[in-house]
Amino acid sequence: MNRRDFLSAASTLTAGGLLATAAPRLAHALSRDETLALISENGPNNLDIHGVGTNRAGYEAAWNCYDRLVTYGIKTLPDGSRGYDKDVIAPELAERWEADAKGVTFFLRKDATFHDGTPVTAADVKWSFDRAVSVGGFPTVQMAAGSLLKPEQFSVVDDHTFRVAFARPDALTIPDLAVIVPAVFNSALVKKHATEKDPWGLAYTKNNPAGGGAYRVARWTPGTEVVYERFDAWKSGPLPQLKRVIWRTIPSSGNRRALVERSDCDVSFDLPAKDFAEMKREGLVKVASNPISNGMWSLEMNVTKPPFDNLKVRQAIAWVVPYQKIMDVVMYGEANPMFGAASNTPDDLVWPRPTAYRTDVEKAKGLLAEAGFADGFSTALSFDVSQGAIGEPIAVLMQESLGQIGIKASIEKIPGANWRGQMAKKSMPFMINFFSGWLDYPEYFFFWAYHGQNAVFNTMAYKNPALDKEVDAARAAAASGDAATYEAAIKTMIAIAYEEVPRIPLFQPYLNVAMQKSVGGYAYWFHRQLDYRTMGKVVT
Amino acid sequence: MLRATLKRLVTIVPTLIGVVVVTFLLTRVLPGDPAAYFAGPTADAASIEQIRKSLGLDQSLPQQFLRYLGDLARGDLGNALSTGQPVLKEIASRLPASAELTLSALALSILIAVPLGILAAVKEGSWIDHLCRVVTTAGVSLPVFFTGVLFVCIFYYRLGWAPAPVGRLDLYSVAPPHVTGFFLIDSLLAGDFDTFRATVAQLILPASTMALFALAPIARMTRASMLSVLSSEFIRTARASGLNSRTVILRYAFRNAMLPVVTTLGMVFSFLLGANVLVEKVFAWPGIGSFAVEALIQSDYAPVQGFVLAMALLYVALNLMIDLAYGVIDPRVRLEA
Repeated sequence: MNRRDFLSAASTLTAGGLLATAAPRLAHALSRDETLALISENGPNNLDIHGVGTNRAGYEAAWNCYDRLVTYGIKTLPDGSRGYDKDVIAPELAERWEADAKGVTFFLRKDATFHDGTPVTAADVKWSFDRAVSVGGFPTVQMAAGSLLKPEQFSVVDDHTFRVAFARPDALTIPDLAVIVPAVFNSALVKKHATEKDPWGLAYTKNNPAGGGAYRVARWTPGTEVVYERFDAWKSGPLPQLKRVIWRTIPSSGNRRALVERSDCDVSFDLPAKDFAEMKREGLVKVASNPISNGMWSLEMNVTKPPFDNLKVRQAIAWVVPYQKIMDVVMYGEANPMFGAASNTPDDLVWPRPTAYRTDVEKAKGLLAEAGFADGFSTALSFDVSQGAIGEPIAVLMQESLGQIGIKASIEKIPGANWRGQMAKKSMPFMINFFSGWLDYPEYFFFWAYHGQNAVFNTMAYKNPALDKEVDAARAAAASGDAATYEAAIKTMIAIAYEEVPRIPLFQPYLNVAMQKSVGGYAYWFHRQLDYRTMGKVVT
Repeated sequence: MLRATLKRLVTIVPTLIGVVVVTFLLTRVLPGDPAAYFAGPTADAASIEQIRKSLGLDQSLPQQFLRYLGDLARGDLGNALSTGQPVLKEIASRLPASAELTLSALALSILIAVPLGILAAVKEGSWIDHLCRVVTTAGVSLPVFFTGVLFVCIFYYRLGWAPAPVGRLDLYSVAPPHVTGFFLIDSLLAGDFDTFRATVAQLILPASTMALFALAPIARMTRASMLSVLSSEFIRTARASGLNSRTVILRYAFRNAMLPVVTTLGMVFSFLLGANVLVEKVFAWPGIGSFAVEALIQSDYAPVQGFVLAMALLYVALNLMIDLAYGVIDPRVRLEA
């Protein structure tokens, strides 16, 4: 190629690029009435809830593509919105079940099939449960939360009868069977793709849901899009209205708001509190808003790191937090306050509940002086950068307020990837954190977040035998159905935790979802993701 | 020329070895514990350890490096934990998306910047020269994420002229059958003009955003280079010989002024690939830049290594192409020199 050829070729190419083709405008769109267009910040990284590191978006895929033996009922909440009912266990793959002292027997529906047409049998359930308790990581921990510990607990009675033996009396065993983890897999299909190194076929199910749920994945472009189709032969509930769900990942929160306001999508997820507050006021779109069950943001102090070992120091901080300011400036009112109650001792079993603390700088100063820190001290306040939209403004407000009583707090921004590791090491003295439990029981929250077993969520490294006794008593009483003991234990447990205050509750955030007014059937679920099965569109 | 190319290729080898070693070490030094991150919300110490083992993070650094080299030799770049897919597959599917956007932006900016630069040089001091100055100053001083957000706000949100910024295609369109990964080309190959039109519609805003940014260096370089050529003796001779000014400017002056412009194009192209990250975020573009940044934030080593490696290869190839283009444009330039 010589110089002249190159130059002329270059100009030809440029000219060719200019010839834009005027294409005819044809109706190209798929039917919109039975399609739900959904946008969120992240898409799934794995379609299998048992996978290594499956993210929250992956939970949504697993929830809709797999069936479980049982599920929760749905109830209308006092404010008119709909949410799952933790007190009602409803049939899904199991038509009915019989519990006795030693275990529970499930009778499966006989007409249910997986997506490939294979009938669902008790052997599939057994294999799936064996997998959940054996693969390790999150699914195994979640199964253990309901005392589902080892494969020997699960047995096949006949093709459509399956039994779970109790490892110990535990009121959470059956509720734990209705969460996402004990999904039922098409064992024959997965086994075909299992290898010696990967006996449970995790590599296959990561990209290919092997279930029998109401939806199946028609197309998945990781990081971009998931397209679901309805599984028309679904038997475990009424046939869903939506034939197709298109779920696109939109990283910019501004665009996620613009898209729903301009009616270019049906449902918009993961918006900042400020946007939701404004959208609720403007009323262009519908915003479903529910407090996140069994969850709260709090300030946590590591009691093994002085001066946080001193009760008076912790209480001083609890009295100096600018609670209302945080509610107004950080959450724009999109949360339930967890402060300002009459007493730290509960008078009923409502959970989460507010503490008796409120902002009182003089009282805080007094307590700090009593503790021997009249001149204050220095510490570092950490938050998770991946939750920075909430964590950062709280940190700044806290820094200012702590300054009023002489405490100099530097702000440590911990990268999201590092946060869990720091929590596990219990290396942070003082942090802003969020915890919520799937199973909505106060003793479940306390077991993870306060109990002396020192789980990763007990970031305070708080060990108090008196509190542990109450938590254990509450669990035992729940299992044996002893309501009076249960109530007494729960009340004492909360009173101790709030009086000793290693963790200062701030607020219970709302889960907000923005949608077109034509979208109906949304229900809040403990997993904080969407259940497409109940949703639909009103054609106008 | 073949010998020169081969000689040039040999010099790439140490660069690549350096890149592999440095990326490996760099990602290991970064803070963050991927095992803890991916162990899930209710993991305990034991399950974090289990995951650390399955990721090979419990081995010593040299062992991890050997493992990495072995995988690399087999073309296995590891798995991206954020999307769960093999890194090679991710890069292969995302690189065309980024390249399509970057090349469209580059083409758009060349179409505007080169004539603008030529006119500004020819009519030095006129209104068009001032326009050139204003446009280039605006181009460099407005950061891409800002222009991106501004464009979305005006052309999509307020005016409704542009389609929703949801990536390479609107929600209801289906990607054309995969041939090159460039939707513009693939849709034409499939004869699917609707998809072609949808692709163009989605491209306009992000490509304009990036083009505005790329305008400045190209226009400035064209102008400067043209000015110096126009004042040289052979142009004076050409004019004195009575050639019309069109011939003088386009055939003689511009072709001689192209060399520094091509160098600038190469730089702008690599620059644009970097600027992509922000534009991709704003327009939900499933490109390689946003993927790498996401991985970096999550301490997901494999995609970061794969990304840097792919980029290094791309830069090396680009430089090679520019070097070769020099020789073709200007016979006086030799690679050996």
